[in-house]
Amino acid sequence: MITFIVRRLLAMIPTLLLVSILTFIIIELPPGDFMTQLAANVGTSGSSMDQAAVENLQRQYGLDKPAVIRYLTWISGFPRGDFGYSLDWKAPVRDLIGGRLGMTLLLSIISLGIMWVVALPIGIYSATRQYSLGDNLLTLLGFLGLSVPEFVLALIYLFVGIFVFNISVMGLFSSEMESAAWSPAKVADMAKHLIPPAIILGVGGMAQLIRIMRGSLLEILGQQYITTARAKGLKESVVINKYAVRVAINPLISVMGMQLPNLINGAVVLGMVLALPTIGPLFVRALLSQDQYLAGTMLLFLSLMLMLGNLLADVALAWADPRIRLE
Amino acid sequence: MSASANQMEQVLDEATLSRAEEESRYGLSQSQLIWRKFIRSRMAIGGGVAILLFYLVALFANFIAPYGGDQRFTDYLYAPPQGIRFDTQNGLYIYGLEKKVDPDTLLTTYKPDTTRKIPVKFFAHDQPYKLMGLFDTDIHLLGLPVKDTGIFLLGSDRQGRDMLSRILIGSQMSLTIGLVGVFLSLIIGSITGVTSGYFGGQVDNVIQRVIEVIRSFPSVPLWMALAATLPQHWPPERIYFSITVILSFIGWTWLARQLRGKVLALREEEFVMAAQLSGASDAWIIFRHLIPAVFGHIIVIASLAMPGMILAETTLSFLNLGLRPPLISWGVLLQEANGLENLRHFPWLLFPALFIAGAVLSFNFFGDGLRDAADPYTM
Repeated sequence: MITFIVRRLLAMIPTLLLVSILTFIIIELPPGDFMTQLAANVGTSGSSMDQAAVENLQRQYGLDKPAVIRYLTWISGFPRGDFGYSLDWKAPVRDLIGGRLGMTLLLSIISLGIMWVVALPIGIYSATRQYSLGDNLLTLLGFLGLSVPEFVLALIYLFVGIFVFNISVMGLFSSEMESAAWSPAKVADMAKHLIPPAIILGVGGMAQLIRIMRGSLLEILGQQYITTARAKGLKESVVINKYAVRVAINPLISVMGMQLPNLINGAVVLGMVLALPTIGPLFVRALLSQDQYLAGTMLLFLSLMLMLGNLLADVALAWADPRIRLE
Repeated sequence: MSASANQMEQVLDEATLSRAEEESRYGLSQSQLIWRKFIRSRMAIGGGVAILLFYLVALFANFIAPYGGDQRFTDYLYAPPQGIRFDTQNGLYIYGLEKKVDPDTLLTTYKPDTTRKIPVKFFAHDQPYKLMGLFDTDIHLLGLPVKDTGIFLLGSDRQGRDMLSRILIGSQMSLTIGLVGVFLSLIIGSITGVTSGYFGGQVDNVIQRVIEVIRSFPSVPLWMALAATLPQHWPPERIYFSITVILSFIGWTWLARQLRGKVLALREEEFVMAAQLSGASDAWIIFRHLIPAVFGHIIVIASLAMPGMILAETTLSFLNLGLRPPLISWGVLLQEANGLENLRHFPWLLFPALFIAGAVLSFNFFGDGLRDAADPYTM
């Protein structure tokens, strides 16, 4: 197992390098750079920034060097934990993204947890009562969950939260808790602001998991060892929970890797709508102001998160299903 | 006794019937089998019909919409949705709107003015447009004879434009951008996928590596980064086309992966060997034998990819990175609903979300049924 993980981690390095090159190319694509963008913005606001000042700043931040050199400088800082300098925020990139990456991750993990806790029992219910009213209703609801984009759900949540319940729904804390010291009350307040977004984030994945669990369990329930278990006189709950579900759960673990991108995508978008400190708002601002190193580093870290998540899903599958051999 | 004999007979009848049905299946072509299985799934048919309706509405959007997408009623900003009323005396009519400005908040509210009944006319003349981009006309399905107020079935927006008209006209963008995006992905994906599977070796390695790198990115941030590279000053048509290219930049990888697997298996079949032995070139084998052989698969994947494309366009436009005004799409419209104040006072700005969910739901049902049908040999 350890050798498998190490080998996968090593194989990740060349892919990550290619990903970083592609990232840098994309970030470099728009004409101009942060300074010309800044000059243009200053220009529209009335005062002007002369050409010499722009060039001076470009030289100061090394923006006049060829792209290859700038790429090499940027990427060679990574092993040292130096991800470049954000021109927009006048701060090292590392100081800006740490908390936000963590928040993106936290939101995704809570969401994943909720997804499983909800999807498993519903999937089992649907499979054991195939074509019943409840099953059909849940199937329809599942399709609906797949069809509504997260940001629309978030807008609806905003609407209902304000209009019907009159609660604070934006941001990570209520306004009165914002500057308070950490206390159980503050943690509870944060949970109140995090759990609804996590549910919204998980709706699509939940629908998918329910469908897969239902299909997988239906297939298992038709197998002979289940008939044998019933013939032995085992209780139905034991047959389902100990015999069938145990095996039927494996496909769910293997789709976990496929669901990660959606969770990361959703966390980015939800951050924008609900003003949560995820990567989203910072990323969009960096993209629009051409704050290259900040945008590039964030994109690279999101990819890294995705790759590590996939590795974890593979390991989890091997752990849950001993028939799978890792090489 | 006779009852049970009857029952017996019935069971036997059914058995012979189902056997006959089974045997008749052997005589059917693959496409007939697919059609049979597809028709059996009611949800998929419903989805298909709904999709057809959506596209028909998009095609005739300018006619069905009471007004043009940019037509403004400056006296009726943020008017709430109005209902069409009916009585025998007046036929179809709506009430005029009475405006009231709150002195404290300066918020304008509207109340139906029950003294003013405005008849609703079918085939009314209003803003001229080109039907399907071809015929000049100014006839709209519904309209009012008066021009000082409008009929706002789904309310009006910040600039006093009719939401229904904008949603209908926006459907042209939102529904076609996915179609074009899927089409581009199909072309790139089927050529690379089939080539990769057919040649194997180094070609396969390189293509798979490229796919792996692209798939290492979470799609939405990658789309956002790509969309941010589009210059602000580009004309709308160019932005539209660029967005489809950006969407297919990731879309093709999925298709290529799936087709590669299929072709890896097909490559060993006799008909490919026969073609090779009779001297057919690789290009001929790919385009005349392999792509037609996996065509059904391609169609299924295309219909399953549509919802993702529609959602991606709306998300990007919503985040101000995709289509931008003056273009109208569902995502562009939802952008106006963003923000607490907008939601609190003008919840009808959320109506485009209903249309998005409807379109995506239809495609999900349709694609799901098609996927089951594409494997017609399983019962």
